[in-house]
Amino acid sequence: MKKILFIEDESALQKTVGEALKQEDCDIISAIDGEIGLRLAQEKKPDLIILDLVLPKMHGFDVLKKLKGSAETKNIPVIILTNLEGVEDIDKAIELGATTYLVKAQYDLKEVVEKIKKILAGS
Amino acid sequence: MNLFKRILSELNIVAQCRKYKLSLWQCPQFLFLVMGIIIVASILIAYAFGTRYIEDPLTIALIIQLLAGVLFIIAAIITRSFERLAEASRLKSEFISIVSHQLRSPLSNLKWTIELLMSGKLGMIEERQIEYFKIIKENSNRMHELVSDLLTVSRIESAKLPFKEEDFSMQELVRNLINEYKPLISAYNVKVVFNESNDLPHVFSDPSRIKLVIENLLDNAVRYTKQRGEIKIELSQKNSNIYFSIKDNGVGIPEKDKKYIFQKFFRSENALKHQTKGSGLGLYISKAIIKKAKGKIGFQSTENKGSTFWFTLPLKKVNFYQSSRTSCCK
Repeated sequence: MKKILFIEDESALQKTVGEALKQEDCDIISAIDGEIGLRLAQEKKPDLIILDLVLPKMHGFDVLKKLKGSAETKNIPVIILTNLEGVEDIDKAIELGATTYLVKAQYDLKEVVEKIKKILAGS
Repeated sequence: MNLFKRILSELNIVAQCRKYKLSLWQCPQFLFLVMGIIIVASILIAYAFGTRYIEDPLTIALIIQLLAGVLFIIAAIITRSFERLAEASRLKSEFISIVSHQLRSPLSNLKWTIELLMSGKLGMIEERQIEYFKIIKENSNRMHELVSDLLTVSRIESAKLPFKEEDFSMQELVRNLINEYKPLISAYNVKVVFNESNDLPHVFSDPSRIKLVIENLLDNAVRYTKQRGEIKIELSQKNSNIYFSIKDNGVGIPEKDKKYIFQKFFRSENALKHQTKGSGLGLYISKAIIKKAKGKIGFQSTENKGSTFWFTLPLKKVNFYQSSRTSCCK
């Protein structure tokens, strides 16, 4: 069973996306802010991290920098899942090492789940 | 030192204008500089004429002072008005951007929750509940589209509309879109005919943006055409451009409304009577996209007879080296 760490402060999204991924036999680890997310990434060593950008306490980009800066977590693929769709944010995320950048408003839930499954299959 | 740097930055007119995201001729600081030059020039011209026709130097000095005073007051009024307009425009764009983003989050949550519920994966939904879930889904999509349109408008106005160009086939884009629109087309009971020229060359543009333009035009054509009406779509090459047109026999546009049709939030009266839904942003966004793609957009229309909306896009340029290599040395 694949382990996915989902760093997202919106509980509604944690519930919906979490449920959709559980239906695909994934084990979901929830983190409601970046600090908790970093700690859980180190402890649980997930197969994939889904990361929001607008987070309390620590911005998603700072979380991403720390994830890619640590030997233990740098090789875990990270999917950015956000509603920010500026080109500068997309470029920055890819530059910092995100595997892919998904704008929530542009996809159905089913499409997001398919993309996550593809990345899990490749990792 | 800090004060000196601050003075320098205030005197940097280009940087100040960039803050408002305006062209130089709409920028208050630049206009003030231009007015200053006009004032100085006027003073010199007045002095030159004054010394020729008026003997008393005191009179000349008084006339020049009066002229300078009047021009200065006019300059101050003009630049203050532009400053207020520019600031209001910047705040409005910023407000739309922030609000749109904040609205998008709960709307995305709503959209995905409905999708999960309607998938049946959380248990079967009763037949009579499906209709009400569909109402929630449809209205959530409407709000989603409106917020997306507002965000697009905000980006257009701050000249930050992302535009990712690639090689693609307009024929394929239009065919796929007509397929996607089949449910709406059949719901409105209209016929869509697509006339395409064979083997049209590719264009080099942003397919997702061009798709949005065609969606807006097709959506309008379907919604404003009466039942059992007909929509004709044409795609052809005209000189070095791809030409797309969509003709309907719907409500048409009244003469008095034609000059406003590409304006933000504008919806002509007869359109409002026919179809109350609609933000009035579709054509404004379409025009901005076609302009960015270096194409042209326009329409012909007669009230109660129908409209033809068209746009052109430049064809993908094949460079001389590529084309000569393919023709040589077989």
